[in-house]
Amino acid sequence: MKYKDGVILAADTLASYGSEARYKDVCRLKKVGEYTLLGGGGELSDFQYLSDQLDEMADEDWLNEDGCFMGPKEYSSYIGRVMYNRRSKFNPLYNQFVVVGKKKDEPAHLMYVDHQGTAFEENFVATGFGMHLGIPLLRNSWRADMSLDEAKALATKCLEVCFYRDCRAYCKIHIGVCNGTSVDISAPIPLNHFWGHGAWTEKRLEDDDPTATW
Amino acid sequence: MAGTGAGYDLSVTTFSPDGRVFQVEYAGKAVENSGTTLAICCKDGVVFAAEKFLLSKMLVPGTAKRIFPVHRRAGMSIAGMVADARQIVSRARSEATQYFNAYCEEMPSELLAERLGLFMHAYTLYWSVRPFGCTALLGCVDQETKKPSLFCIEPNGMVYKYQATAEGKGKQAAKTEIEKVLANNPELTCEQALMLVAKIIHKVHDEKDKDFELEISWICPASNYEHAQVPAKQRKAAEAEAKRILEAEQEDD
Repeated sequence: MKYKDGVILAADTLASYGSEARYKDVCRLKKVGEYTLLGGGGELSDFQYLSDQLDEMADEDWLNEDGCFMGPKEYSSYIGRVMYNRRSKFNPLYNQFVVVGKKKDEPAHLMYVDHQGTAFEENFVATGFGMHLGIPLLRNSWRADMSLDEAKALATKCLEVCFYRDCRAYCKIHIGVCNGTSVDISAPIPLNHFWGHGAWTEKRLEDDDPTATW
Repeated sequence: MAGTGAGYDLSVTTFSPDGRVFQVEYAGKAVENSGTTLAICCKDGVVFAAEKFLLSKMLVPGTAKRIFPVHRRAGMSIAGMVADARQIVSRARSEATQYFNAYCEEMPSELLAERLGLFMHAYTLYWSVRPFGCTALLGCVDQETKKPSLFCIEPNGMVYKYQATAEGKGKQAAKTEIEKVLANNPELTCEQALMLVAKIIHKVHDEKDKDFELEISWICPASNYEHAQVPAKQRKAAEAEAKRILEAEQEDD
Protein backbone atom coordinates (compact mmCIF):
# COMPACT_ATOMS: atom_id res chain seq x y z
CA MET A 1 0.00 0.00 0.00
CA LYS A 2 1.06 3.58 -0.48
CA TYR A 3 1.93 5.58 2.59
CA LYS A 4 2.90 9.18 3.22
CA ASP A 5 6.47 9.02 1.90
CA GLY A 6 6.29 6.12 -0.52
CA VAL A 7 4.97 2.63 -0.75
CA ILE A 8 5.39 -0.66 1.15
CA LEU A 9 4.91 -4.26 0.10
CA ALA A 10 4.59 -7.31 2.32
CA ALA A 11 4.56 -11.01 1.49
CA ASP A 12 4.87 -14.21 3.44
CA THR A 13 7.87 -16.48 3.03
CA LEU A 14 6.17 -19.63 1.80
CA ALA A 15 6.63 -21.46 -1.49
CA SER A 16 4.04 -24.24 -1.64
CA TYR A 17 4.13 -27.38 -3.69
CA GLY A 18 0.42 -27.76 -4.22
CA SER A 19 -0.92 -28.18 -0.70
CA GLU A 20 2.49 -28.95 0.78
CA ALA A 21 4.25 -26.10 2.54
CA ARG A 22 7.53 -26.97 0.88
CA TYR A 23 9.93 -24.03 1.20
CA LYS A 24 9.27 -21.86 4.20
CA ASP A 25 12.04 -19.31 3.90
CA VAL A 26 11.59 -17.85 0.44
CA CYS A 27 11.75 -14.12 -0.23
CA ARG A 28 8.96 -13.31 -2.69
CA LEU A 29 9.97 -9.68 -2.90
CA LYS A 30 12.56 -8.57 -5.40
CA LYS A 31 14.37 -5.30 -5.82
CA VAL A 32 14.37 -4.31 -9.49
CA GLY A 33 16.68 -1.55 -10.67
CA GLU A 34 17.13 1.34 -8.25
CA TYR A 35 13.63 2.30 -7.22
CA THR A 36 11.27 -0.60 -7.79
CA LEU A 37 10.06 -3.58 -5.78
CA LEU A 38 8.37 -6.59 -7.34
CA GLY A 39 6.25 -8.93 -5.25
CA GLY A 40 5.24 -12.21 -6.85
CA GLY A 41 2.59 -14.78 -6.12
CA GLY A 42 1.73 -17.89 -8.07
CA GLU A 43 4.28 -19.96 -9.95
CA LEU A 44 7.64 -19.30 -8.32
CA SER A 45 9.71 -20.48 -11.29
CA ASP A 46 8.00 -17.94 -13.55
CA PHE A 47 8.66 -15.26 -10.93
CA GLN A 48 12.34 -16.23 -10.90
CA TYR A 49 12.49 -16.23 -14.70
CA LEU A 50 10.98 -12.76 -14.94
CA SER A 51 13.26 -11.54 -12.12
CA ASP A 52 16.33 -12.60 -14.11
CA GLN A 53 15.01 -10.88 -17.24
CA LEU A 54 14.38 -7.69 -15.28
CA ASP A 55 17.89 -7.86 -13.79
CA GLU A 56 19.31 -8.00 -17.30
CA MET A 57 17.19 -5.01 -18.29
CA ALA A 58 18.36 -3.11 -15.22
CA ASP A 59 22.00 -3.85 -16.14
CA GLU A 60 21.44 -2.54 -19.68
CA ASP A 61 19.80 0.54 -18.21
CA TRP A 62 22.89 1.03 -16.03
CA LEU A 63 25.25 0.62 -19.01
CA ASN A 64 23.71 3.63 -20.74
CA GLU A 65 25.40 5.92 -18.20
CA ASP A 66 22.82 8.60 -19.01
CA GLY A 67 22.06 9.66 -15.44
CA CYS A 68 18.53 8.29 -15.36
CA PHE A 69 17.30 4.86 -14.39
CA MET A 70 14.01 3.15 -15.17
CA GLY A 71 11.51 3.52 -12.35
CA PRO A 72 8.42 1.65 -11.16
CA LYS A 73 6.20 3.17 -13.86
CA GLU A 74 8.49 1.88 -16.59
CA TYR A 75 8.99 -1.55 -15.10
CA SER A 76 5.33 -2.09 -14.27
CA SER A 77 4.30 -1.05 -17.76
CA TYR A 78 6.86 -3.46 -19.23
CA ILE A 79 5.78 -6.34 -17.01
CA GLY A 80 2.14 -5.64 -17.86
CA ARG A 81 2.89 -5.87 -21.58
CA VAL A 82 4.97 -9.04 -21.19
CA MET A 83 2.18 -10.74 -19.22
CA TYR A 84 -0.50 -9.76 -21.70
CA ASN A 85 1.50 -10.89 -24.72
CA ARG A 86 2.36 -14.20 -23.09
CA ARG A 87 -1.28 -14.91 -22.32
CA SER A 88 -2.19 -13.97 -25.90
CA LYS A 89 0.21 -16.66 -27.10
CA PHE A 90 -1.38 -19.17 -24.70
CA ASN A 91 1.90 -19.43 -22.81
CA PRO A 92 1.32 -17.39 -19.67
CA LEU A 93 3.63 -16.63 -16.79
CA TYR A 94 1.35 -17.92 -14.04
CA ASN A 95 1.78 -15.12 -11.52
CA GLN A 96 0.01 -12.27 -9.80
CA PHE A 97 2.48 -9.44 -9.38
CA VAL A 98 2.45 -6.26 -7.38
CA VAL A 99 4.94 -3.75 -8.77
CA VAL A 100 5.63 -0.85 -6.43
CA GLY A 101 8.15 1.89 -6.15
CA LYS A 102 8.96 5.54 -5.83
CA LYS A 103 11.50 7.23 -8.06
CA LYS A 104 13.02 10.21 -6.27
CA ASP A 105 10.40 12.98 -6.20
CA GLU A 106 7.83 11.39 -8.48
CA PRO A 107 4.61 10.23 -6.82
CA ALA A 108 4.60 6.71 -5.39
CA HIS A 109 3.51 4.04 -7.85
CA LEU A 110 1.61 0.84 -7.15
CA MET A 111 0.45 -1.55 -9.85
CA TYR A 112 -1.18 -4.95 -9.93
CA VAL A 113 -0.33 -7.22 -12.90
CA ASP A 114 -1.46 -10.77 -13.31
CA HIS A 115 -1.18 -13.80 -15.56
CA GLN A 116 -4.02 -12.67 -17.75
CA GLY A 117 -2.35 -9.36 -18.42
CA THR A 118 -4.74 -7.43 -16.21
CA ALA A 119 -2.93 -4.34 -15.02
CA PHE A 120 -4.20 -1.50 -12.90
CA GLU A 121 -2.91 1.17 -10.56
CA GLU A 122 -4.31 1.65 -7.09
CA ASN A 123 -3.49 2.97 -3.64
CA PHE A 124 -3.49 -0.51 -2.15
CA VAL A 125 -3.64 -3.96 -3.75
CA ALA A 126 -3.40 -7.57 -2.70
CA THR A 127 -3.06 -10.87 -4.51
CA GLY A 128 -4.47 -14.32 -3.94
CA PHE A 129 -6.31 -14.77 -0.67
CA GLY A 130 -5.14 -11.32 0.33
CA MET A 131 -7.63 -9.98 -2.16
CA HIS A 132 -10.52 -11.54 -0.27
CA LEU A 133 -9.28 -11.26 3.30
CA GLY A 134 -6.98 -8.26 3.24
CA ILE A 135 -8.63 -5.74 0.93
CA PRO A 136 -11.66 -5.18 3.19
CA LEU A 137 -9.31 -4.36 6.08
CA LEU A 138 -7.35 -2.02 3.84
CA ARG A 139 -10.48 -0.30 2.62
CA ASN A 140 -11.47 0.43 6.19
CA SER A 141 -8.15 1.56 7.56
CA TRP A 142 -6.02 2.94 4.70
CA ARG A 143 -5.35 6.67 4.57
CA ALA A 144 -3.10 8.51 2.15
CA ASP A 145 -1.09 10.16 4.92
CA MET A 146 -0.25 7.03 6.90
CA SER A 147 3.15 6.96 8.50
CA LEU A 148 5.55 4.12 7.77
CA ASP A 149 4.88 2.44 11.11
CA GLU A 150 1.11 2.64 10.62
CA ALA A 151 1.41 1.18 7.14
CA LYS A 152 3.64 -1.65 8.38
CA ALA A 153 1.19 -2.40 11.20
CA LEU A 154 -1.73 -2.53 8.78
CA ALA A 155 0.14 -4.80 6.37
CA THR A 156 1.15 -7.09 9.22
CA LYS A 157 -2.44 -7.24 10.44
CA CYS A 158 -3.71 -8.19 6.98
CA LEU A 159 -1.14 -10.96 6.68
CA GLU A 160 -2.00 -12.19 10.17
CA VAL A 161 -5.64 -12.50 9.15
CA CYS A 162 -4.52 -14.31 6.01
CA PHE A 163 -2.46 -16.72 8.08
CA TYR A 164 -5.38 -17.45 10.41
CA ARG A 165 -7.93 -17.98 7.67
CA ASP A 166 -5.98 -19.21 4.61
CA CYS A 167 -4.81 -22.79 4.91
CA ARG A 168 -1.90 -22.21 2.57
CA ALA A 169 -0.35 -19.13 4.13
CA TYR A 170 2.59 -18.85 6.53
CA CYS A 171 3.45 -16.98 9.69
CA LYS A 172 6.73 -15.34 8.61
CA ILE A 173 6.75 -12.28 6.37
CA HIS A 174 9.02 -9.83 4.60
CA ILE A 175 8.19 -6.14 4.38
CA GLY A 176 9.73 -4.06 1.61
CA VAL A 177 9.79 -0.25 1.72
CA CYS A 178 10.32 2.15 -1.20
CA ASN A 179 10.76 5.73 -0.08
CA GLY A 180 12.19 7.45 -3.16
CA THR A 181 15.85 7.10 -2.24
CA SER A 182 16.25 3.40 -1.57
CA VAL A 183 14.48 0.07 -1.64
CA ASP A 184 14.86 -1.98 1.55
CA ILE A 185 13.58 -5.48 2.10
CA SER A 186 13.43 -6.37 5.76
CA ALA A 187 14.71 -9.53 7.42
CA PRO A 188 12.00 -12.17 7.95
CA ILE A 189 9.48 -11.07 10.60
CA PRO A 190 7.58 -13.76 12.50
CA LEU A 191 3.88 -13.06 12.91
CA ASN A 192 2.13 -13.31 16.26
CA HIS A 193 -0.58 -15.92 16.28
CA PHE A 194 -2.71 -17.07 19.14
CA TRP A 195 -4.41 -20.43 19.33
CA GLY A 196 -5.48 -20.56 22.95
CA HIS A 197 -9.02 -19.33 22.38
CA GLY A 198 -11.49 -20.52 24.97
CA ALA A 199 -13.94 -21.55 22.27
CA TRP A 200 -11.97 -24.68 21.51
CA THR A 201 -9.84 -25.22 24.59
CA GLU A 202 -12.58 -25.28 27.20
CA LYS A 203 -14.48 -28.47 27.72
CA ARG A 204 -18.10 -27.79 26.90
CA LEU A 205 -19.69 -31.19 27.25
CA GLU A 206 -19.73 -34.09 29.64
CA ASP A 207 -17.48 -37.05 28.84
CA ASP A 208 -20.26 -39.52 28.19
CA ASP A 209 -22.43 -37.35 25.96
CA PRO A 210 -22.20 -38.86 22.48
CA THR A 211 -24.29 -36.27 20.62
CA ALA A 212 -21.90 -33.37 20.13
CA THR A 213 -18.75 -33.02 18.10
CA TRP A 214 -16.84 -30.68 20.41
CA MET B 1 55.38 6.78 -45.24
CA ALA B 2 53.35 6.02 -48.37
CA GLY B 3 54.68 3.27 -50.56
CA THR B 4 56.81 1.46 -47.94
CA GLY B 5 54.40 -1.46 -48.27
CA ALA B 6 55.35 -1.81 -51.90
CA GLY B 7 52.24 -3.70 -52.94
CA TYR B 8 52.17 -6.06 -49.93
CA ASP B 9 49.98 -3.66 -47.99
CA LEU B 10 46.88 -3.70 -50.13
CA SER B 11 45.00 -6.36 -48.22
CA VAL B 12 45.01 -7.82 -44.75
CA THR B 13 45.33 -11.30 -46.21
CA THR B 14 48.77 -10.63 -47.67
CA PHE B 15 52.07 -11.18 -45.86
CA SER B 16 55.10 -9.16 -46.85
CA PRO B 17 58.36 -11.00 -47.61
CA ASP B 18 59.68 -10.10 -44.16
CA GLY B 19 56.66 -11.62 -42.47
CA ARG B 20 54.62 -8.54 -41.68
CA VAL B 21 50.96 -7.90 -42.29
CA PHE B 22 51.01 -4.22 -43.18
CA GLN B 23 47.29 -3.57 -42.91
CA VAL B 24 47.33 -4.59 -39.28
CA GLU B 25 50.32 -2.34 -38.66
CA TYR B 26 48.51 0.52 -40.35
CA ALA B 27 45.57 -0.10 -38.03
CA GLY B 28 48.06 0.43 -35.23
CA LYS B 29 48.95 3.81 -36.72
CA ALA B 30 45.35 4.91 -36.24
CA VAL B 31 45.85 4.14 -32.56
CA GLU B 32 49.16 5.98 -32.37
CA ASN B 33 47.67 9.14 -33.82
CA SER B 34 44.80 9.38 -31.37
CA GLY B 35 44.58 11.15 -28.01
CA THR B 36 46.42 9.58 -25.09
CA THR B 37 44.57 7.20 -22.84
CA LEU B 38 45.88 5.43 -19.79
CA ALA B 39 44.75 3.06 -17.08
CA ILE B 40 46.31 2.12 -13.74
CA CYS B 41 45.63 -0.80 -11.39
CA CYS B 42 45.77 0.80 -7.97
CA LYS B 43 45.71 -0.99 -4.64
CA ASP B 44 41.93 -0.73 -4.34
CA GLY B 45 40.73 -0.57 -7.93
CA VAL B 46 41.30 0.69 -11.45
CA VAL B 47 41.49 4.27 -12.75
CA PHE B 48 40.99 5.14 -16.44
CA ALA B 49 41.81 8.46 -18.07
CA ALA B 50 41.48 9.73 -21.61
CA GLU B 51 42.56 12.88 -23.42
CA LYS B 52 39.45 13.68 -25.43
CA PHE B 53 40.17 16.18 -28.21
CA LEU B 54 37.48 18.81 -28.62
CA LEU B 55 36.84 19.23 -32.31
CA SER B 56 34.72 22.29 -31.69
CA LYS B 57 33.99 24.73 -28.89
CA MET B 58 30.31 23.90 -29.32
CA LEU B 59 30.63 20.26 -28.31
CA VAL B 60 28.56 19.51 -25.22
CA PRO B 61 30.99 18.59 -22.41
CA GLY B 62 30.72 15.05 -21.16
CA THR B 63 29.59 13.63 -24.50
CA ALA B 64 31.48 11.63 -27.15
CA LYS B 65 32.96 9.45 -24.42
CA ARG B 66 36.09 7.37 -24.79
CA ILE B 67 35.61 5.28 -21.66
CA PHE B 68 32.73 2.82 -21.59
CA PRO B 69 31.30 0.51 -18.95
CA VAL B 70 31.31 -3.15 -19.96
CA HIS B 71 29.63 -4.60 -16.89
CA ARG B 72 29.22 -3.45 -13.32
CA ARG B 73 32.83 -4.10 -12.43
CA ALA B 74 34.56 -3.63 -15.79
CA GLY B 75 35.29 -0.63 -17.97
CA MET B 76 37.09 -0.09 -21.22
CA SER B 77 39.00 2.97 -22.36
CA ILE B 78 39.73 3.37 -26.05
CA ALA B 79 42.66 4.66 -28.09
CA GLY B 80 42.07 5.04 -31.80
CA MET B 81 38.86 5.12 -33.80
CA VAL B 82 36.08 5.31 -31.23
CA ALA B 83 33.44 4.35 -33.79
CA ASP B 84 35.27 1.05 -34.34
CA ALA B 85 35.56 0.69 -30.61
CA ARG B 86 31.79 0.76 -30.11
CA GLN B 87 31.64 -2.65 -31.79
CA ILE B 88 34.22 -3.99 -29.38
CA VAL B 89 32.42 -2.53 -26.37
CA SER B 90 29.16 -4.00 -27.61
CA ARG B 91 30.81 -7.41 -28.03
CA ALA B 92 32.38 -7.23 -24.58
CA ARG B 93 29.01 -6.40 -23.06
CA SER B 94 27.23 -9.28 -24.72
CA GLU B 95 30.06 -11.70 -23.82
CA ALA B 96 29.79 -10.66 -20.19
CA THR B 97 25.97 -10.88 -20.17
CA GLN B 98 25.89 -14.29 -21.84
CA TYR B 99 28.51 -15.65 -19.46
CA PHE B 100 26.45 -14.48 -16.49
CA ASN B 101 23.28 -15.98 -17.94
CA ALA B 102 25.02 -19.32 -18.40
CA TYR B 103 27.08 -19.56 -15.19
CA CYS B 104 25.38 -17.18 -12.76
CA GLU B 105 28.67 -15.49 -11.87
CA GLU B 106 30.52 -12.50 -13.29
CA MET B 107 32.84 -13.25 -16.18
CA PRO B 108 36.51 -13.55 -15.10
CA SER B 109 38.52 -10.68 -16.53
CA GLU B 110 41.13 -12.88 -18.24
CA LEU B 111 38.43 -14.75 -20.06
CA LEU B 112 36.75 -11.57 -21.23
CA ALA B 113 40.08 -10.17 -22.42
CA GLU B 114 40.84 -13.41 -24.26
CA ARG B 115 37.46 -13.37 -26.00
CA LEU B 116 37.99 -9.79 -27.11
CA GLY B 117 41.44 -10.65 -28.38
CA LEU B 118 39.97 -13.47 -30.46
CA PHE B 119 37.24 -11.15 -31.69
CA MET B 120 39.65 -8.45 -32.82
CA HIS B 121 41.98 -11.02 -34.31
CA ALA B 122 39.20 -12.51 -36.41
CA TYR B 123 38.91 -9.25 -38.31
CA THR B 124 42.55 -9.57 -39.41
CA LEU B 125 41.98 -12.86 -41.19
CA TYR B 126 39.57 -12.07 -43.97
CA TRP B 127 39.78 -9.97 -47.08
CA SER B 128 36.20 -8.79 -46.80
CA VAL B 129 36.63 -6.93 -43.50
CA ARG B 130 39.22 -4.57 -42.11
CA PRO B 131 40.95 -4.70 -38.72
CA PHE B 132 39.69 -2.51 -35.90
CA GLY B 133 41.56 0.78 -35.74
CA CYS B 134 41.58 0.92 -31.96
CA THR B 135 43.21 -0.50 -28.85
CA ALA B 136 41.08 -1.30 -25.83
CA LEU B 137 42.28 -0.98 -22.26
CA LEU B 138 40.02 -3.31 -20.31
CA GLY B 139 40.09 -2.82 -16.56
CA CYS B 140 38.15 -5.08 -14.18
CA VAL B 141 37.74 -5.61 -10.47
CA ASP B 142 36.86 -9.11 -9.29
CA GLN B 143 33.53 -9.17 -7.49
CA GLU B 144 34.67 -11.35 -4.59
CA THR B 145 38.38 -10.76 -4.13
CA LYS B 146 38.20 -7.08 -5.15
CA LYS B 147 41.46 -7.61 -7.02
CA PRO B 148 41.94 -5.21 -9.96
CA SER B 149 43.30 -6.29 -13.33
CA LEU B 150 44.09 -4.49 -16.57
CA PHE B 151 44.41 -5.83 -20.09
CA CYS B 152 45.46 -4.17 -23.32
CA ILE B 153 43.91 -5.61 -26.48
CA GLU B 154 45.57 -4.45 -29.70
CA PRO B 155 44.24 -4.35 -33.28
CA ASN B 156 46.21 -7.48 -34.14
CA GLY B 157 44.41 -9.43 -31.44
CA MET B 158 47.29 -9.60 -28.95
CA VAL B 159 46.23 -9.36 -25.30
CA TYR B 160 48.67 -8.15 -22.66
CA LYS B 161 48.07 -7.97 -18.93
CA TYR B 162 49.45 -4.82 -17.32
CA GLN B 163 49.83 -3.22 -13.96
CA ALA B 164 49.42 0.09 -15.76
CA THR B 165 49.74 1.25 -19.34
CA ALA B 166 49.05 4.03 -21.82
CA GLU B 167 48.14 4.18 -25.50
CA GLY B 168 47.85 6.88 -28.13
CA LYS B 169 49.98 9.89 -29.02
CA GLY B 170 51.71 10.47 -25.72
CA LYS B 171 52.04 6.83 -24.72
CA GLN B 172 55.82 6.74 -24.35
CA ALA B 173 55.94 9.83 -22.18
CA ALA B 174 52.88 8.67 -20.24
CA LYS B 175 54.35 5.21 -19.60
CA THR B 176 57.55 6.76 -18.27
CA GLU B 177 55.57 9.00 -15.94
CA ILE B 178 53.41 6.09 -14.75
CA GLU B 179 56.52 4.02 -13.99
CA LYS B 180 57.88 6.88 -11.90
CA VAL B 181 54.58 7.23 -10.03
CA LEU B 182 54.30 3.52 -9.29
CA ALA B 183 57.95 3.31 -8.23
CA ASN B 184 57.36 6.08 -5.69
CA ASN B 185 53.92 4.91 -4.54
CA PRO B 186 53.60 1.13 -4.71
CA GLU B 187 50.48 1.30 -2.47
CA LEU B 188 48.73 3.93 -4.58
CA THR B 189 44.98 4.18 -3.99
CA CYS B 190 42.47 5.35 -6.59
CA GLU B 191 41.82 8.61 -4.75
CA GLN B 192 45.55 9.40 -4.73
CA ALA B 193 45.86 8.37 -8.37
CA LEU B 194 43.28 10.92 -9.57
CA MET B 195 45.58 13.92 -9.34
CA LEU B 196 48.59 12.00 -10.67
CA VAL B 197 46.65 10.73 -13.66
CA ALA B 198 45.36 14.23 -14.45
CA LYS B 199 48.91 15.51 -14.20
CA ILE B 200 50.21 12.87 -16.64
CA ILE B 201 47.57 13.60 -19.24
CA HIS B 202 48.12 17.34 -19.00
CA LYS B 203 51.88 16.84 -19.19
CA VAL B 204 51.86 14.64 -22.31
CA HIS B 205 49.29 16.79 -24.08
CA ASP B 206 50.91 18.36 -27.12
CA GLU B 207 50.29 22.13 -27.22
CA LYS B 208 50.08 22.00 -31.00
CA ASP B 209 47.01 19.77 -30.72
CA LYS B 210 43.48 20.93 -30.15
CA ASP B 211 42.05 21.66 -26.77
CA PHE B 212 41.04 18.62 -24.82
CA GLU B 213 38.64 17.50 -22.13
CA LEU B 214 39.93 15.13 -19.47
CA GLU B 215 37.73 12.09 -19.05
CA ILE B 216 38.38 10.01 -15.92
CA SER B 217 36.50 7.07 -14.54
CA TRP B 218 37.21 4.44 -11.93
CA ILE B 219 36.20 1.20 -10.27
CA CYS B 220 36.98 1.57 -6.56
CA PRO B 221 35.45 1.68 -3.07
CA ALA B 222 34.33 5.30 -3.63
CA SER B 223 32.14 4.14 -6.51
CA ASN B 224 31.00 1.08 -4.57
CA TYR B 225 33.23 -1.11 -6.76
CA GLU B 226 31.16 -0.24 -9.82
CA HIS B 227 32.48 1.42 -12.94
CA ALA B 228 31.55 5.08 -12.67
CA GLN B 229 32.72 8.41 -13.99
CA VAL B 230 34.63 10.31 -11.34
CA PRO B 231 32.26 12.92 -9.88
CA ALA B 232 32.70 16.31 -11.57
CA LYS B 233 33.79 18.03 -8.36
CA GLN B 234 36.61 15.56 -7.71
CA ARG B 235 37.69 15.60 -11.34
CA LYS B 236 37.89 19.38 -11.42
CA ALA B 237 39.77 19.44 -8.11
CA ALA B 238 42.25 16.86 -9.42
CA GLU B 239 42.77 18.80 -12.65
CA ALA B 240 43.22 22.11 -10.86
CA GLU B 241 45.77 20.57 -8.49
CA ALA B 242 47.55 18.88 -11.41
CA LYS B 243 47.81 22.13 -13.38
CA ARG B 244 49.10 23.94 -10.32
CA ILE B 245 51.84 21.34 -9.78
CA LEU B 246 52.82 21.35 -13.47
CA GLU B 247 53.12 25.13 -13.49
CA ALA B 248 55.25 24.98 -10.36
CA GLU B 249 57.49 22.35 -11.97
CA GLN B 250 57.85 24.45 -15.10
CA GLU B 251 58.85 27.47 -13.06
CA ASP B 252 61.51 25.39 -11.36
CA ASP B 253 62.93 24.43 -14.76
